[in-house]
Amino acid sequence: MSGTELSPAWTLILGAALVPFLRGKVRGAWTLVLPIVGMVQLWLLPAGEFGQLEFLGEQLLLLRVDSWSVLFTLVFLIAALLSSIYALHVRDWVQPAAGLAYSGAAIGAVLAGDLLTLFVFWELTAVTSVFLIWARGGERAYRAGMRYIVIQILSGILLLFGALQQLIATGSLRFEHIGLDGPGGLLIFLAFGMKCAFPLLHNWLQDAYPESTEAGTVFLSAFTTKLAVYALARGFAGTEALIWIGATMTAFPIFYAVIENDLRRVLAYSLNNQLGFMVVGVGIGTELALNGTASHAFSHILYKALLFMSMGAVLYRVGTVNGTDLGGLYKSMPWTTTFCIVGAASISAFPLFSGFVSKSMILSAAASEGYLITWLVLLFASAGVFHHSGIKIPYFAFFAHDSGKRCREAPVNMLVAMAITATLCISIGVYPDPLYAMLPFAVNYVPYTASHVLTQLQLLVFSALAFSVLMRTGLYPPEKRLINLDSDWFYRRLAPDVVDWCYRSAKRLAEPVRKGVHQGFTVVNDFARRWHGEHSRLGGVQTVGTTIAIALFVFALLLVWELLSTLNR
Amino acid sequence: MRPESEREYWLDRKENVTKVYWGVWGLCALLFLVEPLVHKHVDFSFENWFGFHGWFGFFACVGLVLAAKVLRLVVSRPEDYYERH
Repeated sequence: MSGTELSPAWTLILGAALVPFLRGKVRGAWTLVLPIVGMVQLWLLPAGEFGQLEFLGEQLLLLRVDSWSVLFTLVFLIAALLSSIYALHVRDWVQPAAGLAYSGAAIGAVLAGDLLTLFVFWELTAVTSVFLIWARGGERAYRAGMRYIVIQILSGILLLFGALQQLIATGSLRFEHIGLDGPGGLLIFLAFGMKCAFPLLHNWLQDAYPESTEAGTVFLSAFTTKLAVYALARGFAGTEALIWIGATMTAFPIFYAVIENDLRRVLAYSLNNQLGFMVVGVGIGTELALNGTASHAFSHILYKALLFMSMGAVLYRVGTVNGTDLGGLYKSMPWTTTFCIVGAASISAFPLFSGFVSKSMILSAAASEGYLITWLVLLFASAGVFHHSGIKIPYFAFFAHDSGKRCREAPVNMLVAMAITATLCISIGVYPDPLYAMLPFAVNYVPYTASHVLTQLQLLVFSALAFSVLMRTGLYPPEKRLINLDSDWFYRRLAPDVVDWCYRSAKRLAEPVRKGVHQGFTVVNDFARRWHGEHSRLGGVQTVGTTIAIALFVFALLLVWELLSTLNR
Repeated sequence: MRPESEREYWLDRKENVTKVYWGVWGLCALLFLVEPLVHKHVDFSFENWFGFHGWFGFFACVGLVLAAKVLRLVVSRPEDYYERH
């Protein structure tokens, strides 16, 4: 008994391995039972450290149970359960199996107490989740998945190198506060930053998530990036650079979100923007700020899943989520519309919805520490997120001009998943105390004051007014069948073009050299034949080229011989 | 477009959309009217300016959309941009 058997991570990962062997309702039930068993395990798990193992002489800690890891494990289990309900209609086994293994890997990473265990689960989240993208089928999803997996694996490799530097410098692999100045700090920071979609390292998210299946994106939206937020909070709380990085993350994706046509890609941009709030919280690093990050991650996972669920239902029924092709779907999908609006109100932080009680802690923390510019950027981003996620998503999908498309309401399992998620979003907003009680530090924050409710409502309703006026006056940019270049352009277009250009230039440049060398060989060959005769060693069957090759081979043998004898000495 | 046989929804009528539009204006006016009744707890003194959050929200969003229109001129490409090579 090492204690590792208590970890809910193994329940999900090993349980997922059985999914391919089950069929129909049994499989469906199994995918729901696993996260529930995980929740029971988590409930029974006492705080403390379990699963101390020795591996290659190093001390590992597979299971660290404290307020941080319990909070994230709980919300990951809830997300796994909701995603599994949402995926019940899926016929292939790949998605539920990959989704559950992916959830388990993320939970294993959150519970990891050392950097090597973290690395193993970190990479496992990458290799399990990519199947959710490939499950969509087709060349497009395949390529997006390849780009995704390369970046995710790269992040893991950076983490591994950073961890090894930690080990060499401190003699321990324990995952505690690292800081940018710590040994391997920069590498680990970059590794976390890639998964957290820092500016310029972000584009794998908007590239890959919208290419997954309707259920796959719901799974994907919950785990990878929030695992990175968790890891940053553990390793880099109070790192000032994170305030600026986070503030940038809140602001720049919303410009893209306004002009993006694929509504699931709009949501991916707003996911990036919401991560920015959490990163700012980690950067400020006070108890209020870190509580804000933890609680915002919790509520964010739920409302983001809800929004992706509603767009997934549209994709499933209509076959597209392009704003240009949608509109008027509230007539066909009234329930989906309602749930989408709940998600939209939650991400926009309307009073009585979950975002209101969590995001405001981060803004308060920024203000109380005197970060004026950061606070203004966050306020701008708060207005902006309502604009593109709160209004644009429901408006273009369900209202706007009637596209004439009529479809059936979403399948029952999707509606149930959305209903439960929507209930949770409202419950947290109305009664945040249970969430506050789970946060890493004691909470003495009061979200519902007349002043806070009024100022937030003013911010949001006037943002809605701006949208209405811009729409009415025709100034709002219409949805167009276009894509937008982002940082993925560098590796999808620029890098291949540069490689191609180098190859062609090298070929062009090498041509005279090749000709010259060939001519040189001919001259030497003719010379040898003239002086040694047609059938001699040098002038005969073997050419000068083979003679040189033999000489090089002998030379190489001599080198190896020399090397070996030096080593033996 | 709505098929002829389908029942008409409330929002199908143009005048009702106009009602919603003016409703948003009304809501904004209401939020300004109640401001004197609420004691604002502020972190920065400029938050005490009348209707600061309202003004900020409105102009932030107008600025956001106008800037995004400019951004579109720079970064937009046809849908098959990456598939053409």
